[in-house]
Amino acid sequence: MNKQKLVIIGNGMVGHRFIEDFVDKADLDKFEITAFCEEPRVAYDRVHLSSYFSHHTADELSLVKEGFYAKHNIEVLIGERALTINRHEKVIHSQTGRAVYYDKLIMATGSYPWVPAIKGNESKDCFVYRTIEDLNAIEATARRSKKGVVVGGGLLGLEAAGALKALGVETHVIEFAPVLMAEQLDFQGGQMLRQKIESIGVNVHTGKNTQEIIASGETARNTMKFADGSQLEVDFIVFSTGIRPQDKLAKQCGLATARRGGITINNQCKTSDPDVYAIGECASWNEKFFGLVAPGYNMAKVVADDILCRENEFTGADMSAKLKLLGVDVGSIGDANGRTPNCKSYVYLDENSSTYKRIIVSEDGKSLLGAVLVGDTESYSNLLQYTLNDIELPKHPDSLILPEHAGCGDAGLGVDALPDSAQVCSCFDVKKSDIADAVSAGHSTIGAIKMETGAGTGCGGCIPLITQVLNAELTKQGVEVKNHICDHFEYSRQELFHLIRIEGIKTFTALLEKYGKGYGCEVCKPTVGSILASCWSDYVLSSDNNGLQDTNDIFLGNMQKDGTYSVIPRMAGGEVTPKGLAAVASVAEQYELYTKITGAQRIGLFGAHKSDLPDIWKQLIAAGFETGQAYAKALRMVKTCVGSTWCRFGVQDSVGLGVELENRYKGLRTPHKMKFGVSGCTRECAEAQGKDVGIIATDSGWNLYVCGNGGMKPQHAELLASDLDKQTLVKYLDRFMMFYVRTADKLTRTSVWLQNLSGGIDYLKEVIVDNKLGINKQLESDMADAIASYQCEWTATLSDQAQLQHFTHFINSDKQDDNVVFTPERGQKRPAFFDEKAPVYKIELEQV
Amino acid sequence: MSKWTQVCELKSIFPATGVCALVEGKQVAVFRPSEESQVYAINNMDPFARANVLSRGLICQHQEQLWVASPLKKQRFNLLDGSCLENTEVNVEAYKARVTDGFVEVHL
Repeated sequence: MNKQKLVIIGNGMVGHRFIEDFVDKADLDKFEITAFCEEPRVAYDRVHLSSYFSHHTADELSLVKEGFYAKHNIEVLIGERALTINRHEKVIHSQTGRAVYYDKLIMATGSYPWVPAIKGNESKDCFVYRTIEDLNAIEATARRSKKGVVVGGGLLGLEAAGALKALGVETHVIEFAPVLMAEQLDFQGGQMLRQKIESIGVNVHTGKNTQEIIASGETARNTMKFADGSQLEVDFIVFSTGIRPQDKLAKQCGLATARRGGITINNQCKTSDPDVYAIGECASWNEKFFGLVAPGYNMAKVVADDILCRENEFTGADMSAKLKLLGVDVGSIGDANGRTPNCKSYVYLDENSSTYKRIIVSEDGKSLLGAVLVGDTESYSNLLQYTLNDIELPKHPDSLILPEHAGCGDAGLGVDALPDSAQVCSCFDVKKSDIADAVSAGHSTIGAIKMETGAGTGCGGCIPLITQVLNAELTKQGVEVKNHICDHFEYSRQELFHLIRIEGIKTFTALLEKYGKGYGCEVCKPTVGSILASCWSDYVLSSDNNGLQDTNDIFLGNMQKDGTYSVIPRMAGGEVTPKGLAAVASVAEQYELYTKITGAQRIGLFGAHKSDLPDIWKQLIAAGFETGQAYAKALRMVKTCVGSTWCRFGVQDSVGLGVELENRYKGLRTPHKMKFGVSGCTRECAEAQGKDVGIIATDSGWNLYVCGNGGMKPQHAELLASDLDKQTLVKYLDRFMMFYVRTADKLTRTSVWLQNLSGGIDYLKEVIVDNKLGINKQLESDMADAIASYQCEWTATLSDQAQLQHFTHFINSDKQDDNVVFTPERGQKRPAFFDEKAPVYKIELEQV
Repeated sequence: MSKWTQVCELKSIFPATGVCALVEGKQVAVFRPSEESQVYAINNMDPFARANVLSRGLICQHQEQLWVASPLKKQRFNLLDGSCLENTEVNVEAYKARVTDGFVEVHL
């Protein structure tokens, strides 16, 4: 059987989405699929392009799962550009001379940035903002520049301005129109946005028509001249003045194109040639092209269906958007400028908190036509559902945008009011009924719903709504969300924490009697032990709690595979004196311990017999060390780079801060282990963004990132607050740490905790920075108590005779474990393998 | 021939913990689940890791029976018969244990 040949030109977001959708739907044995990818890498997420500046890995942005193309036998020609299409012969030639034949061709060539014809715009200081290569070039230039300007105050322009700001250059935005984001906002909304953006230090110039860029200036490398005679000196310029459909190839092969550009398509996304489709930004439907990703995704679906002879059609797209630009929440729905004849508006303006909301309703007041939201987009999802599903407005439509304190009650549209067909996630076209189905199939968390339906994995704007639907469905189905820690307690860790704290419960036995049943197990015991330790800062070794602790916590070392322990003294911030090193070396030699620098910038000694631990620690403590809590679910360490004290690039004293923070939080028991990082400049040598708490120095203070994670599932930390002075930083950290300790489930790293926190990082900001829950005083005082009661667990243990008795291997003999056997390796020792120690074991037995 | 060997005073085992005793050359893990005088004894070696660590595990209750979870990889062993909850083909030796006049005795 001859396979049908599908060729896709373009491997952007939409081109890739088509392949994904097709792979899902089709019997791939019947098709041979080839894709042209002109860029040097496969499809990546252009919507979140700016995030590239904060993590610098193209992989992070990639949309293609590793091995995806190979697995489905899809050939992707990376770096190859389709030069010509011969529709008569049905063949495409690329710049390498390759000829690829097709039966069906899908054009997904996207768009190109349009740059106005300004004299001087070809200078090497001029850029566009579209690909990872563009970003690399902008960043390299920003490093040797002081002032950058973005021409274009639209959505993408402001996104670019945010990136320039983050790169640390003085940032200007030039807009031709009298208002920012003229496409999406009305005049007043644009003004409010401008105020907010200016307040964070971005300079906005509207109504400016750039005429010329001259490659000289007094304070910068270039001078921009405007039509009104004014001028601005800048080092480099980023153009973000709109996009145009990439239809060059279509024109070359004679396909019909639209007047304003774009390959003309019908409702099946077919071009004037029935064997050629066009999807995404390169396509023009009804003389319109769509610069958003969601309509492109819909077109991709339509084409996949059409090739497989299933019915589907493209019927236009909703261009509503909700985004965060330069930290400002902005939302725009439907007819934002109120252009519908006889429409009426309701406006809410709060200059105090810089909030502007306007809704545009139909003449009869029954349907919502559009909305503009600046500064507060909480009602976005609700409003969007009114327009998308044409739901009749309440009697007083203004109740939809009035704040809660106005007293008109919760005007939120209950999710029950939404029809099953309501689109909840527009990026992936997920309907309310899809989510309901996933819930019935047993997916009961946001994470599971995202994985199952794809909802919320695009722009993420619909997550609050998904959460509502999820909860409503769960309640409807009588499903009780269970996060009981085990069979012995029908409570979550968070609930147990509150019970213990509020009722002042001090022992496991007391808690079990009152709230649990049975004896307890290896799950609830250490969990409760950890809560008791963080609530009451009791010495973790008090014998009442002994039976609750994992062996690591009892013997204050990490048990290794052969039953020996590791010894890791604290070296706060990675600092150690030569004298300290000598003391560590002497102990290691005396007890023949394997010695290694750990991943946490400190020295680990391995292979210590339990019975030797007290003597080893006695010596280390005498030399000024204390326990490093490497065995505990607690703050492990603060990794630091050398910082401004020594480094010629450093802008703040990262080691000093790291040492101070490590000493502040050491010993505090947390739901899982925690790691900090402090970098002295933006080069980020301490890899702080991969830590639970990451702090990066800026010229004017510290940026605080939280909830990152290395390990099994690496996760970049998210920015909680920027340019903090040390006092504020420590205050936020106190709150953050205690809030995590209070609310996280057992063995939940901060990254997972944040993912499950509904509202995510924005909610966390509200709690930590804005005191939304009103608990910050309490969190701070709890932390102060915990800090005040810190003691070195090893120092305490060494003075406790009853505990020390338990360090011998046998209760009734002074012998050591004869099954602990070592083999020399690279000048040190390692645990012997089974076959290496078998003979030794035999001899021992014979002696007995 | 069989005999009871005295290993230690009951009070030297903290409630809810275990200790390791050397009995006739064998490493025996002795557990005291609560304040009461009930004790259990099984072999101390974790058969998966082949390390003598079971006495340092957490005592836990599952299926209404008492077990110890190995501190290495958390497999659970029954305190009465040494069977393993995770893998029915593996078990450790279990021994008789009792308290006489405040002393713990083990019978191999």
